[in-house]
Amino acid sequence: MTSAISVENLVVTYDDFLALNDVSISVEAGESYGLVGESGSGKSTLLRAIAGLAPVSDGQIVIGGKTLPRRKRDKAFYRQVQMVFQDPYGSLHPRQTIDRLLQEPLAIHGVPDAENRIVRALDEVGLGPSFRFRYAHQLSGGQRQRIAIARALIVEPSVLLLDEPTSALDASVQAEVLNLLEQIRRDRKLTFIMVSHDLGVVTHMCQRLAVMKNGRVVERLTAPDLVAGRISEAYTQNLMVASKGFVRKEAVSG
Amino acid sequence: MNPLLTVDDLHVSFPTRTGKVDAVRGVSFTLGRERLGIVGESGSGKSQTGRAIMGLTPPHAQISAKTLNFDGIDLMAASAKQKRSLRGNRIAMILQDPKYSLNPVMSIGRQIVETLRTHEKISKSDARDRAIAMLEAVQIRDAGRVFDLHPHEVSGGMGQRAMIAMMLVAGPEMLIADEPTSALDVTVQLEVLSVLDKLVAERGMGLIFISHDLRLVSSFCDRVIVMYAGKIVEELAAGDLANAKHPYTQGLLNCMPTIGSDRHPLPVLDRKPEWAL
Repeated sequence: MTSAISVENLVVTYDDFLALNDVSISVEAGESYGLVGESGSGKSTLLRAIAGLAPVSDGQIVIGGKTLPRRKRDKAFYRQVQMVFQDPYGSLHPRQTIDRLLQEPLAIHGVPDAENRIVRALDEVGLGPSFRFRYAHQLSGGQRQRIAIARALIVEPSVLLLDEPTSALDASVQAEVLNLLEQIRRDRKLTFIMVSHDLGVVTHMCQRLAVMKNGRVVERLTAPDLVAGRISEAYTQNLMVASKGFVRKEAVSG
Repeated sequence: MNPLLTVDDLHVSFPTRTGKVDAVRGVSFTLGRERLGIVGESGSGKSQTGRAIMGLTPPHAQISAKTLNFDGIDLMAASAKQKRSLRGNRIAMILQDPKYSLNPVMSIGRQIVETLRTHEKISKSDARDRAIAMLEAVQIRDAGRVFDLHPHEVSGGMGQRAMIAMMLVAGPEMLIADEPTSALDVTVQLEVLSVLDKLVAERGMGLIFISHDLRLVSSFCDRVIVMYAGKIVEELAAGDLANAKHPYTQGLLNCMPTIGSDRHPLPVLDRKPEWAL
């Protein structure tokens, strides 16, 4: 089997609410896969379910040929799969130095040679060693997101889950972070699953994508399909229109 | 015709422990009954410009301007009372996130009525009718029901429409919209913008639209001001964006990934220290 990640008939419920309803996707090793959908469509829940942060009530997740147990995943899994969250302001501990933040995952997984790894991780995300003893509040949004990426990469995962990694950033900073992510994926042969609502970002980063709505996958596309406009779902078409900016209706401007 | 708003050499600075931080450094522009966009990245001073006009600069900040004139009223010299009577009545402001900018313990309808009754002598039942009519004008179906809902019971798009309704109910002449759609889902953004666009056009208001999204602003506004490090680096007609001269504007336009363009890696902004001089 070539799929690095395969999600089969996944169901996630919160009390009576069906957050994911029979969702299946399969992602090849080294691929970058996009998830698109309106708020509440379940795209973040799918990522969280893969990461083990959402209660799975049915279906299965297979990563690297191994079926994950429903509860209690082993440590090796958490080393293999790492996640980067949307809000770089909320995802870093405000009272820990960057050094401490980066040491935490190493300590958890018992990785030796922390000193060198931290210096290398900072270097890899384009921040010098001078950032090592600062606090998160002393950094800009883009720098924080780089730290979050460094923290995910420091345990050498093979899968990176990205939940809107650039939507809290300025356009100019977004380009830098996207370039960084692409370069890392190439260098380390990582598999990405990326949630975004910006079709421009998704087609730039991903070869294939799934469109979600009300907890279901309603459309699967390749990036060239999207570019050529071969889309059938109304929501995807709305997103296409939205990505082109505001268009004034004739009746209003005339 | 006299412009609605004249801003000449506006400075806003914040004293901090490590010295004075200049958020806005000499911004000048005029606004007629048109749609003006202010674009810039975080920290460029675009929001502080809007807040200074509105009179919402924090008290410890230092603010100065050669002219800050709204329809003949000198906003720098106006008393707190005079400013209060302007705010909400003749100048209104829409903030970014309806989750934080609406009062969570007051129903949407009461908040709209409150605005109205602060500025006009109007009976309760008339105010209610006006509020419901306004909710209908922002294309909320079933306005009577939404009137009695609290902000947490409505979606982000609905909340932002309620916010627009609240701001426009007193019939202001000038509206400052600070990232009015950034917190909303992409497809909802366009609906909210078209509501805003229609009302601004119908009522002949002056609009200042503050956003970090250059493309969105240029498609929505007549004229765009680009700010960098507290200064205006370029002013353009919205249709003229392709001919932007300043490297910062060009960089901003260039660094967005777009559908159908295959550029790996994306061009990044090469910030020159002289831009911030």
